[in-house]
Amino acid sequence: MLEEFLIQTINGIVVGMILALVASGLTLIFGIMDVVNFAHGELFMLGAYVGVVTLAGTGSFWLALLVATLVVAALGAAIHVTTLRPLLGRDPLNTILVTFGISLVLQNYALWQFGPVARKINEPFTGHFNLFYLEYPWYRLVIALLSAAIIAGLWLFLKYSTYGVWIRATTQDRLMAQAMGIPVPRLLTIVFAIGSGMAAASGVLFGPLVGVNHAMGLDWVLKAFIVVVVGGMGNLVGSIAASIFISLTESYASLWVSPSQAIIVSFVVLILTLLIRPTGLFVPTPK
Amino acid sequence: MTARRTRIFWMAFAVILALLIVMPFGLPEFWRRFLTEILIWGLLAMSSDILIGYTGMVSFGHSAFFGLGMYGAAAALLTTRPPSLWLALLYGLIAAATVAAFVAYFSTRLRDIYFAITTLIFSQIFYVIIFTWTDATGGENGLAFSRPALAIPGLFSLPFTTLTLYWFVLAVVTGSYLVLRRITRSPFGMVLQSIRENEARTRAIGYPVERYKIVAVMFSGLFAGLAGVLYAIQNRFAAPDFVFFVVSGEAVIYNIMGGVGTLVGPIVGAAAFLLLREGLSRLFPYLASVASQHGLALPGLAEFPYLIPLGIIFIAIVIFMPQGLLGFARRRLNE
Repeated sequence: MLEEFLIQTINGIVVGMILALVASGLTLIFGIMDVVNFAHGELFMLGAYVGVVTLAGTGSFWLALLVATLVVAALGAAIHVTTLRPLLGRDPLNTILVTFGISLVLQNYALWQFGPVARKINEPFTGHFNLFYLEYPWYRLVIALLSAAIIAGLWLFLKYSTYGVWIRATTQDRLMAQAMGIPVPRLLTIVFAIGSGMAAASGVLFGPLVGVNHAMGLDWVLKAFIVVVVGGMGNLVGSIAASIFISLTESYASLWVSPSQAIIVSFVVLILTLLIRPTGLFVPTPK
Repeated sequence: MTARRTRIFWMAFAVILALLIVMPFGLPEFWRRFLTEILIWGLLAMSSDILIGYTGMVSFGHSAFFGLGMYGAAAALLTTRPPSLWLALLYGLIAAATVAAFVAYFSTRLRDIYFAITTLIFSQIFYVIIFTWTDATGGENGLAFSRPALAIPGLFSLPFTTLTLYWFVLAVVTGSYLVLRRITRSPFGMVLQSIRENEARTRAIGYPVERYKIVAVMFSGLFAGLAGVLYAIQNRFAAPDFVFFVVSGEAVIYNIMGGVGTLVGPIVGAAAFLLLREGLSRLFPYLASVASQHGLALPGLAEFPYLIPLGIIFIAIVIFMPQGLLGFARRRLNE
């Protein structure tokens, strides 16, 4: 029992780190732009597909990761310029509608282009180590570390680069930022591209664990939404903590119920959060 | 509002209703069923207009109410002999109202986007429960049952034909429209609209805003459940796909396409969406066959998913026509 518990702890942290990567893109986009990106799961899915195609062409997993991130980031920028920029200044609810339409288009495009059969991404290396009675793949630990590294990179970017400072200023006060000469519309496009690229990277990283199909984004976008609410909307650190917290509770729950039912546990966490602390579990109490 | 305008409204109402009553006579079987479906989806969209158009809350969870209506009807039709239409309606409405009360209690604590996301996640909770509770719900396969007869015990019993089912659905949808119209024009409806315009001020005047919102969500859920019951009777099955949040998204699309805050707009939106979908799903195979006659081989064209152009049209409507197709008539329709 203790062994299973420890294995589920490791599983929970690994999945939690990928979830954190998906959710931090979503949080970034929401926090700065007030855009609820329904298409985030589809960007994740497209990233995985671009990864599949590049991997088939070049044979290099790391190149596939890079290409997928860049291609989907460019796609994200294009989506932002054509559909979201015209909505600047309108009710944020409009952005839900538009991104819902985008997710419809992208999902059907993937179904048409790649067919309904799931594709496989091979792990870049196949080593195992012994974890009690299991042979645990090294790759899973590498994903967790890599996700952490990408998130740390995002944090450094936000903290120290010129663009990062502009982004944080725009989050605090968009109007004043614009008045100070920060190119806000271009900045928003860049933020959306970064969020899209992060979603794509997590799609490629997670691909080897489940296989790639056109509907894989749905589960993730829902979980990421739960994380974003539980962690406190627009709060980067909170959403990382919430990702790990929720993945761990789901892992522990799957000791007793089937994995498809374990997701109900995260729904319950969400309901309790809304009841007790609607502003999010991982935000400091306002004074 | 002048008496003359009221007269014009009711004359237009009577003319359109009369047209809808006689319309199936000129149509083959397929299009009669299609009209019935438009009315049912229109009712679902109309139910969510109470929230989107009148209270200013966008619900992405209407599939839960719709689906529970379906499964409630299924429960009645599978457990009682002979299957009774009225019990199906009763069970479906009770199921939908119970779920609506539960969802309303939690989700109305939040506003705007947060409300939308919460309703979406609630509908997914019910989706997972229905999907995994195979013993009671049939799991992924859903439940199939036979269609009840239109009967009043001791008086008469008529098996539904496509035509009589259409008229029955038309009667229910028309009745629902009149009830919803009455609700939106009542003092209660006025408070909902003032919540939409300025929630803080409504609260400051002294209205218990949360309570009004809970009741609004429950009304909305009740009519969505009614649509679910009708859909179950029309298609003789209940399936978890209809609880999935994509159905809620489609209800929102119908609203936006038709024009929110008009009640009939969502029905027009549903009609436009379903007709476009039908047309586009035939267009691409047709184009492919024309191309191949001219010696052009365009691989994949016949299977091109019609949801791509449909999604693009929807995005364009949100950006360029936020009032929807009937937006120009919004004031008239609420008089």
